[in-house]
Amino acid sequence: MVTRGAPRTAWWRTALGLLFTALMLFPVYWMVNVSFTRDRDLRADPPHLFPVDGTVEGYRVVLHEQVPYLGTSLLIGLGTVALTVALAAPAGYALAKLRPPGGGALSFVLLIAQMIPGIIMAMGFYAIYLRLGVLNSAAGLVLADSTIAVPFGVLIFTAFMSGIPDEVLQAALVDGAGRWRTFRSVVLPLSRGSIITVSLFAFLWAWSDFLFASTLDAGGVSRPITLGIYRYIGNNNQEWNAIMATAVVASVPATVLLVVAQRYVAAGVTAGAVKD
Amino acid sequence: MSRNRWTAWAFLAPVTLYLLAFYAYPLYRNVELSLRRYTVRSFVSGGAPFAGLDNYRDVVTHPTFGPALAHTAVFTAVSLLCQFTLGLALAVFFHRHFPLSRTLRALFLVPWLLPLIVSASTWSWMLNSEAGVVNAALGAVGLDPVNWLTSPRWSLLSVIIANIWIGIPFNLVVLHSGLQAIPDDVYEAAALDGASGTQRFWRITFPLLRPVSAITLLLGLIYTLKVFDLVWIMTRGGPTDSSTTFATWSYRLGFGSLLPEFGPGAAVGNLLIVAALIGGLAYARAQRRPRW
Repeated sequence: MVTRGAPRTAWWRTALGLLFTALMLFPVYWMVNVSFTRDRDLRADPPHLFPVDGTVEGYRVVLHEQVPYLGTSLLIGLGTVALTVALAAPAGYALAKLRPPGGGALSFVLLIAQMIPGIIMAMGFYAIYLRLGVLNSAAGLVLADSTIAVPFGVLIFTAFMSGIPDEVLQAALVDGAGRWRTFRSVVLPLSRGSIITVSLFAFLWAWSDFLFASTLDAGGVSRPITLGIYRYIGNNNQEWNAIMATAVVASVPATVLLVVAQRYVAAGVTAGAVKD
Repeated sequence: MSRNRWTAWAFLAPVTLYLLAFYAYPLYRNVELSLRRYTVRSFVSGGAPFAGLDNYRDVVTHPTFGPALAHTAVFTAVSLLCQFTLGLALAVFFHRHFPLSRTLRALFLVPWLLPLIVSASTWSWMLNSEAGVVNAALGAVGLDPVNWLTSPRWSLLSVIIANIWIGIPFNLVVLHSGLQAIPDDVYEAAALDGASGTQRFWRITFPLLRPVSAITLLLGLIYTLKVFDLVWIMTRGGPTDSSTTFATWSYRLGFGSLLPEFGPGAAVGNLLIVAALIGGLAYARAQRRPRW
């Protein structure tokens, strides 16, 4: 058949696929490798391809210096998830199922909103926060980070909730449930998949954010992990094993989420692009 | 019916207020910044004099403007072209199922999900002139080391390479799902007619993938114009502006020095929005054409 080649061709493809993946993931491997390298081997020529005589010194430094940053990032990530879902899920329901006049225009505005470069938002937020005196606060950063995820969230929820059959919602209405009850006890439980997708991306984007953090929270007491790494690099630090160890730790959420929630990740990547 | 309308807008009210307060207002503030002559003091206390388009004139006549425009264009065009080509090639490769294909395709997503600061610092160290693994590999095949990040000749290429690496996964996943939407019987019919693999690609896959390709390129354009973290962390736009783009220039004007120039910084940022909008309009035009 067309889609299923002879076993031998298939294995040849697997070998090629492994090679491509290895090439693609080499920088990730290199990050891990360097994170275990001893100080004196960092500038070895040629560089050590494997962390023989490896050390966990870099990770000890991370545990020593970066834990508060990691905690802040976790807090900001969770706050962003909560705010994003709370704003986007009801909006998605209204746009998908209640379809009020003006809803189309709102969807369009949300689409345009995603085009605005972060640097512009950062400058606007900076001007406002400075005047209000809320620079360098975790709550301010949650608010700013959520602007990355809310338009995306509404689009995902709208796309998903349009797929819920009208009969299900009608049945709930006939049973005497109001719109709000229907939303809470019928629509939300049915939308678990899209809630996971939206939360996942909201979390990752907030966790990875550097631009808002460096403009709105650069001098705060509670700074996120991206600034922790940046501080290392910015100080012309030559301890790249510690920098890479921090980078590895900062990559843990992305990796864990990819492993445990792979299909939700793929759903999020394609949902924005492939419609209808 | 009108009661339903009110209910619907009650569900939409939070997000609408949110958009007004946290999108529209910062945007408005940004436009206002670009039209006034701000100093550090008037930035805090208000009352900066209205300056019309002076900031824009200053920006356009600034010696950095030409290079930044050229770099933004090259960075965007080369990144998009390479990401799309490699992503499409990989999508076609992964379209045929083979043992482990699913797992390997998932692993390809890793670079896209990593925080940009992680990717950027990893690439910085890999491209380090003395101790980097890239120069070591060049040396192993007998080539001279390259000052990737510290020479004006190579800095832009370095950040482009890293950006392509980050963009491939997105192109792969979206184009792959686009390929899966093409029905198998189209290919079977073509195979019966004796079409070769190359013919099948150019006559079937490529035309039928056009809508998905267009949206992939548009999203890629919007994303690439915005790229800031990567360039800033790897080169800070240097050495001597050799990798400065509009995004890093805008940041440097507003936040990169002790004496911030918010007005010109905002003006540069607004030029970026215009570029993204032009991309959006081009997309809308390209979308309309096939119907005729």
